[in-house]
Parts: sequence; C-alpha cells; structure tokens
Amino acid sequence: MLEVNGLIKRFGGFTSVNNVSFKVDQGEILGLIGPNGSGKSTIFNMLSGFFPPTAGSIRFQGRELAGMAPYAIIQGGIGRTFQIPRPFRRLTIFENVALAGYYGQEGRTRAKAFESAEKALTLVGLPLDRHAPVDGLGAAGLKKLELAKALATEPKLLLADESLGGLDEHEMDQAADMLNRIRAELGITIIWVEHIMGVLMRVVDRVMVLDHGEKISEGLPSEITNDPRVVEVYLGSDAVAVQAMAAARG
Amino acid sequence: MSKLLPWIAGAALVALPFIYNSPYPLHIIVIILIWSFVYTSWSVMGRFGLVSLGHGGFLGVGAYVNALLWNNFGLTPWIGIPLAMLAAAGLAVLIAYPCSRFRITGHYFALVTMALSAIVLQVITATRDVTGGSLGYTPQRVPGGSSLFAFQFTDKETWYWIALAIWGGGLFVRWYVDRSMMRYALEAISEDEDAASAAGVHVTAEKLKITALSAAMTALGGALYCQYQMFISPDTVSGISASLQMVFASVVGGIYVLLGPTVGAVITIMLAEVLRIGFGTAAVGWDNFVYGILLVLFIIYLPQGIVGSLMAKLRGARVGS
Ligand SMILES: Nc1ncnc2c1ncn2[C@@H]1O[C@H](COP(=O)(O)OP(=O)(O)OP(=O)(O)O)[C@@H](O)[C@H]1O
Ligand SMILES: [Mg+2]
Repeated sequence: MLEVNGLIKRFGGFTSVNNVSFKVDQGEILGLIGPNGSGKSTIFNMLSGFFPPTAGSIRFQGRELAGMAPYAIIQGGIGRTFQIPRPFRRLTIFENVALAGYYGQEGRTRAKAFESAEKALTLVGLPLDRHAPVDGLGAAGLKKLELAKALATEPKLLLADESLGGLDEHEMDQAADMLNRIRAELGITIIWVEHIMGVLMRVVDRVMVLDHGEKISEGLPSEITNDPRVVEVYLGSDAVAVQAMAAARG
Repeated sequence: MSKLLPWIAGAALVALPFIYNSPYPLHIIVIILIWSFVYTSWSVMGRFGLVSLGHGGFLGVGAYVNALLWNNFGLTPWIGIPLAMLAAAGLAVLIAYPCSRFRITGHYFALVTMALSAIVLQVITATRDVTGGSLGYTPQRVPGGSSLFAFQFTDKETWYWIALAIWGGGLFVRWYVDRSMMRYALEAISEDEDAASAAGVHVTAEKLKITALSAAMTALGGALYCQYQMFISPDTVSGISASLQMVFASVVGGIYVLLGPTVGAVITIMLAEVLRIGFGTAAVGWDNFVYGILLVLFIIYLPQGIVGSLMAKLRGARVGS
C-alpha cells in the first residue's frame, strides 16, 4: 500500500532522515521507534506533504506523493495526527472533527461530514455534544481529539505520532485498544510512532527502528527487542522487560 | 419571538419612507446603509483575522470602473457594476494569492494590502485625463434625471429601498458564510494553517474565495455610492484613509457580530455629520482624527466592539440570573 524509497530530508547541512526505505502492507500496524530526534516525525511530515523530501520517492496506492500539497495528500487517503495536539480552539470539539470530515475528502456534503464526525468522536470516546468547547479537554482528551480529526478524514493509512505521552496506565491501555479497533472495524492501515514500548509491542505487527535519521532495524517485535543494536541505542535498561512483553505476545 | 424580530424590524424599515420621508434624514440613512454594507463586506473576511487595508482599492475600482464604462461606452450599470465587481475580485486574487503562498499574514498582510489601496489612489490621480484625477468624477446624467437603464434616480425613497435591499443582502451573505462549512475552515486557518491543511483544507483556495467575495461586495458598495452621489473623488472612495475608515467603523461596532459594522457606520457617520454641522469647514479632517483615537481605545478596552460587548454582557446577565 505504501512504498518508500531512499527518502532523505536535509535541513541546511543537517540530515534529519537519511536514505530510509520501507513498505507498509494493507491492514498492517507498523511501529516506528527511535530515540528523540531520530527523524520519526520528519518522516511523517514528508509522508503527509508538510516537508518536501530532499530526495526519494513515496508511492501510496501506486501514486507518487512526493511534491504533493498536504491537503491533496489528506484528501487522497492519508490521515495524520500531530505529536503535540493542534486543536482549533475557536471551534467546538464537534466542529473541529466535522471540519476534517468535510474537507478531508473531495465532494463531501455537510450531512456526510457530520456523520463521519459522529463516528470518529464515538470511536475515540469524546462527547457528541455540538457545543462542547475544546478548552474543557485535558491532555488525554486533546490526544483523542487529534485522533478523531484524523479519522474523520476517513483515511486508508493513518499516521499516528506519539499519541500516548502524558497519559496514565489506564488511558494508555484504552488508546492501544482504540488503535486495534481502528484497524479491525475500519480496516485502516496504521503507522504508529510511540515511545512507550510496553503498549506499542502489544499492538504492532512489525517494528522499524530509526537512529540519527537512519533505519537500523526492522522486523517482528520479538526480533527487534533482541537486536543488539536496538538494545544499545534505544531500549537500554528496559530491554529485558520489553523483551518479555514481546515474547509473551508470541 | 426572537425569531420574528428580524422580520418585524425588516418590515418596519421597508415601510419607513411611507411614514417619514423628510429629505435630509433620509439622505443620511441612505448613506449609512451604503457604508454599512461596505463595512459588512469588509468584515466578511476581517472577522477571520484577514485584516485587509486594501479595501479602499476595491471600493475605488467598483466606483470608477462602473462610472468610466458608463461615460465612455454608455454601458448600463446593470452590466458595468458586475464587471466592476469582477475586476475587484480579480485584483483581490492577484494580491491574495502571493500573500497566501508566501504566508504573509497578520500585520504583514495588512501592510501589503495597504499598498494596494495607495496604488489604486495613485492610478486614479495619475490618469487624470480619463478619471478626472483628484478633482473627482461625475457620471453623465440622463435627461429627466431618472432612468432604470442608467441606474439613476432622483427621489430619495427609491434610493432608500435600493440601499436597504443591498444592505440586507450584505447581511445575508455574511450570515450565510457564518453558518457554512467555510466558516469552520477560515476559523481554523486563522488559528493554525498547517493544522487546517492536515484536516484537508486547501488553505489558499479558501482564502482566495473569501477575499474575492469580500472585494466584489465592496466594489458593489463603491459603485452604489457613486450612482447615489453622482460624484466620486479618489479620496472618498479609494486610498488608505478609505480602508482605515472601514476598519475603524467595523472595530467600533464589533467585527464578530452581524450588526457590528452597521452600528459602526451609524456611529462614525453621525459623528462626522455632527462635526460638520457643528464646526463647519473648520472641522474638516477632525472625524479621521477622532476615529484614530477611538480605534486605539476600542482595540485596548473593547476589542469585541460596542455590539459585541453589549451582547456578551446580556448573555452574562442571562446566565447569571
Ligand atoms: N523544520 C525543521 N528545521 C530544522 N530541523 C528540523 C526540523 N524538523 C526537525 N528537525 C530536526 O530533525 C531531527 C529529527 O527530528 P524529528 O522531529 O523527526 O525527531 P523525532 O524522531 O520525531 O523525535 P521525538 O521522538 O522527540 O519526537 C531533529 O534533530 C530535529 O531538530
Ligand atoms: Mg517526533
């Protein structure tokens, strides 16, 4: 469904993503991990058109995305969240999501957009109340809103950037469950960036590891957690616990 | 009851000349209605943080293009006015497109568009052989004074109804935009353009649409003003001061409420009239001075404008009781 080849992003002299290639299959959940500043969000920004790649190609359902404008990519079936939620505070929660439902695809009617908004809000567990303001939401609520906006555009591929930071144990479990449901019920393929390994390893099918903008490993959770390079640059002292989790999943 | 109120008020306004039609007050009311329409047209985009100081340019294009077509080619305003509106919309796109592409927003947008106002004024003044320059311009009158074809009418009542209809139309357009999905998009764009495009919004297209709409409406106001006054000068219908006046009046009345710009027009025009009658020619230009001070005071102390603040108060009182 998605095929990325030789993707490079330079900011001035600094290379933030260096020659990264990977594939995502229909219906898969791919985990994207790596230390802070390793280039995960930069890859998302290129996939969704916010940064033009310095080099490389991004083929999505047979179409080249590199060079396309963000709105066109979003309308073409990719949804994205922002690592730090970016809600529209002058709109209500419902309007935030309805906006995405309306503009996220071409030729939407208002009724259709409201329907998508209600579906997305229900799925993430936010109130359907038309008048509820964004200002009432806490950290967990804002992340849900971010996800609901992306879902309302009815994507085929969802780029979820670190949706769980700042949440408590219970909220994280809920979120992990939510991603599973998004795939199961809506058939949406997902790339998920997440620092909280325990939750990530329970959900994803495959993992790709970045370090300093380069792909250093890729494979099943059980393979990744036993890769000495990954342990060295990323997992560190958590390695044993994460290995156990990945193993428990089989 | 509150649903009926606009209809009752509307009917009362339509019936007004049957009950009361002394010429001077009616003249002031027509002027207020035309400027209310112009200010409302400005606020259609201004309320989304797209603060344009280029609208003096659109007003001038509306007034002059229509009048020039009439005088030089005998083209009826029924065609001339739509052409003038198209010209203004085209000009708006010409300036708004690069602004959007290069992300010129906020204060910088105001500055760039301000240049447009100045340019239109310069062009009118410089081409004095065609436009009459700073001495102003008069559309040729039809013999007899009134003609539907020439869109010229001598009686104030007719003008009152025309101005009332256009003003009502302006309010309708703004109300319509406010309840459309476009409002969601423009509100989102005003807050965070990137996040808006992540929701699938084509930011440039949405900005161009609202700017072209607002410019075309403003041009209609300019043409209407010309047909009513039968005289225009670059200083009244173009230039930075004309743009600033739109901003003053709209901010004073309140840009976030439908009737804000209208109330702003009532206040500023009454103020100008009082100064004119009270102090005569000695007070020429004072109104702009007073506007300037008012604008600063309002932005600091009453950013919602008079109507906006009143409504917030009322709502607060209702919630409180
Ligand atoms: N717009 C930009 N201009 C310059 N440098 C940038 C820009 N965006 C990202 N970078 C740099 O690129 C590198 C990768 O950043 P990126 O945000 O992709 O990391 P990340 O893997 O998402 O990190 P985190 O886990 O902290 O979210 C960082 O060194 C960052 O400073
Ligand atoms: Mg990141």
